[in-house]
Amino acid sequence: MAYESESGLPVAPVYGPDMPAGWRAAEKLGEPGSYPFTRGVYPTMYTGKPWTMRQYAGFGDAAESNARYRELIANGTNGLSVAFDLPTQMGHDSDAELARGEVGKVGVAIDSLDDMRVLFDGIPLDRVSTSMTINSPAAVLLLLYQRVAAEQGTSGDQLTGTIQNDVLKEYIARGTYIFPPRQSLRLVADIFRYCRAEIPRWNTISISGYHMAEAGASPAQEIAFTLANGIEYVRTAIAAGMDVDEFAPRLSFFFVARTTILEEVAKFRAARRIWARVMKEEFGATNPRSTMLRFHTQTAGVQLTAQQPEINLVRVTLQGLAAVLGGTQSLHTNSFDEAIALPTAKSARLALRTQQVLAFESDVTSTVDPFAGSYVIEALTDELEAAITALMQRVADAGGAVSAIERGLQKAEIERNAYQIALRTDAGERTVVGVNRFVIDQEEPYEPLRVDPAGEARQVKRLAAVRAGRSESRVQLALSHLKRAAEGRENVLYPMRTALDERATVGEICNALRTVWGAYVPPDTL
Amino acid sequence: MPGRIRVVIGKPGLDGHDRGAKVIARALRDAGVEVIYTGLHQTPAQIVSTALQEDADAIGLSILSGAHSTLFAEVMRLLHAEDAADIVVFGGGIIPPADIEALQALGVAALFTPGTPIGTITDWVRDNVPRPVAG
Repeated sequence: MAYESESGLPVAPVYGPDMPAGWRAAEKLGEPGSYPFTRGVYPTMYTGKPWTMRQYAGFGDAAESNARYRELIANGTNGLSVAFDLPTQMGHDSDAELARGEVGKVGVAIDSLDDMRVLFDGIPLDRVSTSMTINSPAAVLLLLYQRVAAEQGTSGDQLTGTIQNDVLKEYIARGTYIFPPRQSLRLVADIFRYCRAEIPRWNTISISGYHMAEAGASPAQEIAFTLANGIEYVRTAIAAGMDVDEFAPRLSFFFVARTTILEEVAKFRAARRIWARVMKEEFGATNPRSTMLRFHTQTAGVQLTAQQPEINLVRVTLQGLAAVLGGTQSLHTNSFDEAIALPTAKSARLALRTQQVLAFESDVTSTVDPFAGSYVIEALTDELEAAITALMQRVADAGGAVSAIERGLQKAEIERNAYQIALRTDAGERTVVGVNRFVIDQEEPYEPLRVDPAGEARQVKRLAAVRAGRSESRVQLALSHLKRAAEGRENVLYPMRTALDERATVGEICNALRTVWGAYVPPDTL
Repeated sequence: MPGRIRVVIGKPGLDGHDRGAKVIARALRDAGVEVIYTGLHQTPAQIVSTALQEDADAIGLSILSGAHSTLFAEVMRLLHAEDAADIVVFGGGIIPPADIEALQALGVAALFTPGTPIGTITDWVRDNVPRPVAG
């Protein structure tokens, strides 16, 4: 029986030089750095300088995370990636009822400007680029970042970084949504416009398939649903009166890298080719940068195991290699202990060292797109392109990404795939080393990182101090201006900025918007 | 003749990762268990209230956000307060071994970590959740 890829495509035991009729390298591949960018978005790729090593980190309070960032910078990382805790990501203050037990757990707790100042204390924001994994409240955290940078003497046009700001995938996979989809899209358009005017070099969105993959999406589903979301964002911005070449160069993407190297490399190449074609042919983009699919990659967390956790170092190496051979612009390699807890300082350093071995000891950076022309890679790239395009058509037929989300189409497809993977793993049809084969009788004990349980109370106290030290009437006035903007068509980021300067909290800002826009209730079924 | 086991699968707290919860819910359903899924972002009080209303025999909680110690403990406290400690509580997620011991001391019957075969969990439910008497 032929091997079946993660996307369900048959993989032949041998591939040869026979290409389908009409297959021309000039058309399918182009030159590196040229349309359709199959071989990569830049002509020199890693031969000039390697990808950006960007390790996602954050936990506890702002001071603890600040210390971890300084350590990562000292160890040679060249871009920060901020993990926020769930209350921050859901727009709740640390003292909200729903925040109990969650403060500082999966990331850093940020309630107000004061926390943001501590988070970036001593970090030169004119030289470090920062990625923030924040979606529904992305505008709030971006404005806080801009304000802290201004206090350091760095202006908006000097700032580089990314906000994830991809709310559509939250409804599909990640679950940290606040507002309903259409109101969320209006906020996204406001952010695009604000950044164009105030922070022009900022990546305004990171359209993400990573979380869909973690939820169970196959490679073809991951790319198809992500690019379909991308199309929805482009339509939204155009409908808001922007020219495609005005915002499209600042769109970026975020994908997973699995241990299945061949299919992953083909996946990245197919994704670039499809996006270039969509932007050029469907949206009439003329700036080549508008047609480039630039992306960040994270290694697949869901492939890590709690059993014999050191095996994960090997998995992460393979996954990282897949991302690099696929032409990623930046990379996060997971730590080997992440199926057990947040990484320790040592495991976080090892994860970064893995990238450094790939970049500085191996020879994969010596030439661009090393797999180009491989019989199997080119065949898989074409087949994935066809499978992805067909799935994108299904979303289009459902009325586009938002209509499909409202019907639960993407989520249902992904959950079905997740269940199949679980059943096949259980049946031993899929091997997970150390879990269903090559197990050991007695697992060795492992001492994971502990987040200080007293941190929540400390953060709540800090928040109370912020509330005590501000003018309540000025905060309320600023919040009422924000609500009025949300009811109408004015860009909400400007009144939001004023409210933050008055020390309104992340939760208060999001609650003000909740009262106008409502909260999303998913059509969740089994 | 005993009736079918009824299990509430709950996602307490703000964690949006529901892959594990959904896979277990489907597997239990395929194993003949009646499953009620709460959806995301539930407070412990909402989950306990659902379990009481649905006359559930067990509650399965899934947490990957590290908030398990607080949220599992609150579910256990509320069940005792409602005189419903006979409802079997089990769960899964990214939970360090030391926390598993502490939660079991509070009465959580079993905790499953990543990599557990789903058959292990469905078998455990069948063997450890008392079947209701058919009404």
